[in-house]
Amino acid sequence: MQLVRRLLPFLFLILLAGSLTAQTAPAPADPAAQIAQLQQQVADAKGSADNAWMLVSSALVLMMTGPGLALFYGGLVRKKNVLATMMQSFAMMALITVLWAIVVYSLCFGSGNSFIGGISHAFLRGVGAQPDPDYSATIPLQTFMIYQLMFAIITPALISGAFAERMKFSAMVLFMGMWSLLVYAPMAHMVWGKGGILNASLGGRFPTLDFAGGTVVHITSGVSALVCATYLGRRLGYPKEPMMPHSVVLSFIGACLLWVGWFGFNAGSALSAGALATSAFVATHFAAATAAIGWAVAEWIRNGKPSALGAISGCVAGLVAITPASGFVGPMPALLIGLVAGVGCYLMVAKVKAAFGYDDSLDAFGVHGAGGTIGALLTGVFATKLINPIFKDAQGNALPSGMIDGNYHQILNQAVGVTIAIVLAVVGTYIILRVVDFAIGVRVPAEQEVQGLDLTQHGEEGYYWEVSLP
Amino acid sequence: MTKLETVIQPSKFEAVKDALIEIGVEGMTVTEVRGHGRQKGHTEFYRGREYTVDVLPKVKIETVLPDRLVDSAIQAITNAARTGKIGDGKIFLSRIDDAIRIRNDERGETAL
Repeated sequence: MQLVRRLLPFLFLILLAGSLTAQTAPAPADPAAQIAQLQQQVADAKGSADNAWMLVSSALVLMMTGPGLALFYGGLVRKKNVLATMMQSFAMMALITVLWAIVVYSLCFGSGNSFIGGISHAFLRGVGAQPDPDYSATIPLQTFMIYQLMFAIITPALISGAFAERMKFSAMVLFMGMWSLLVYAPMAHMVWGKGGILNASLGGRFPTLDFAGGTVVHITSGVSALVCATYLGRRLGYPKEPMMPHSVVLSFIGACLLWVGWFGFNAGSALSAGALATSAFVATHFAAATAAIGWAVAEWIRNGKPSALGAISGCVAGLVAITPASGFVGPMPALLIGLVAGVGCYLMVAKVKAAFGYDDSLDAFGVHGAGGTIGALLTGVFATKLINPIFKDAQGNALPSGMIDGNYHQILNQAVGVTIAIVLAVVGTYIILRVVDFAIGVRVPAEQEVQGLDLTQHGEEGYYWEVSLP
Repeated sequence: MTKLETVIQPSKFEAVKDALIEIGVEGMTVTEVRGHGRQKGHTEFYRGREYTVDVLPKVKIETVLPDRLVDSAIQAITNAARTGKIGDGKIFLSRIDDAIRIRNDERGETAL
């Protein structure tokens, strides 16, 4: 110890000398080599900037699931189910991560056929510091991998809003694992993966514009939610018994975290830190604002009061709708998309749900299914090459993107993407539910549902008001 | 001894409590309760669904008094809690046989 302390000043001097010589290393004399060196340094600097933003974005998107979605959904259920509902989101943060590392990443983003990636990247083989230019030329593939994982986590977590307060925890885990493999992986591959049939940037057969997951995340989860709600049936007592949210306060905090996290979700989907990320950031924020106004005003007109729950639900609906469009549209169309989504999702939740009588407990379909579809179709209308020249001719000139550019055909491509997402979600979810139901049963027994899932599934209570014992 | 169970609007609690202390009431037990008399409830909307809430938040004050204080206590409570509108609450009176102070076994009115 004594010896180390005595040597420390010398060690320090050696390090200092080393860094000084590194700084004063002579530049190569040859101008060409000098330029090459400078170019490399510029590329490294850009890579570092992009990577910094993408790591922050990854963290922001994880924050959307926990605590964002967990609080948003947790506040909407009755208090006997608050922990079970939060657990459904949190469990995804653990479960999907493991599946992702083993095989789901590879199935999404590995080279495969038009519908599913291969297993070339199973166990994250070949996913390291080296960028993959097909996805992003400036960030390590490992950053891309961890960023995409956060999407794979939140997507199934969104579904849990439909079967809240009545699904077995074990069945939920099994369902979500299978769903990630059988619905999420193919959809993500088709839209974003190499060779995917819907991939717009890598020359898919039906190029669907989906910047951050309108089809992949919101339509798949929203439609699967509807299938779950109808398969499991209504909660006991629905709709006769009152089932008011036990804490709109929790939901409020959750929604605000979602709004902030969504900047990572959408602006991060630029996979770089340049002007496109800014454009997506702005569009995201604008749509959230008008959607909050749209829902609240619709309520104000119909019920006489604009509610806090209405305003935050509207903001989420707008964020959902702008998701596919965020990197393709300007700020003014973003305002419009948000407004349409805010009013449209309010009508879905308040009118359509009541008319059909299904118990989509926390409106996963009404907000994500409907909002995602509105957003995906309007992306085909408002996408413009001025924001993002994604379609190019052989010479590299930008071609029209959406209808406002004169590419009327794009609305059909969007419709193909939406249809594939819906069909995959309906078929996949139904099959998985049947299998899980056959294997272990999906719904808790009636007496457990009455007691609440916190106690019966997890053996604890969210709120235990202790008389102050010593 | 008489027990007064007083159910009032939560917003009137401070005024009623102060009025009772003013006339010399020594102790009371307060609970937040829900209920309704002739007062109708109200409706709440959550995502377009309408809920009728007909048990409303109230505050219940229980206090046991020596009989000589009962009339002035009733006066104090009604003065403090009355708005003249439906939903102001009620006072229920009942006889109390005995009271025991746990600290020192005092009984009857001296235990109050």
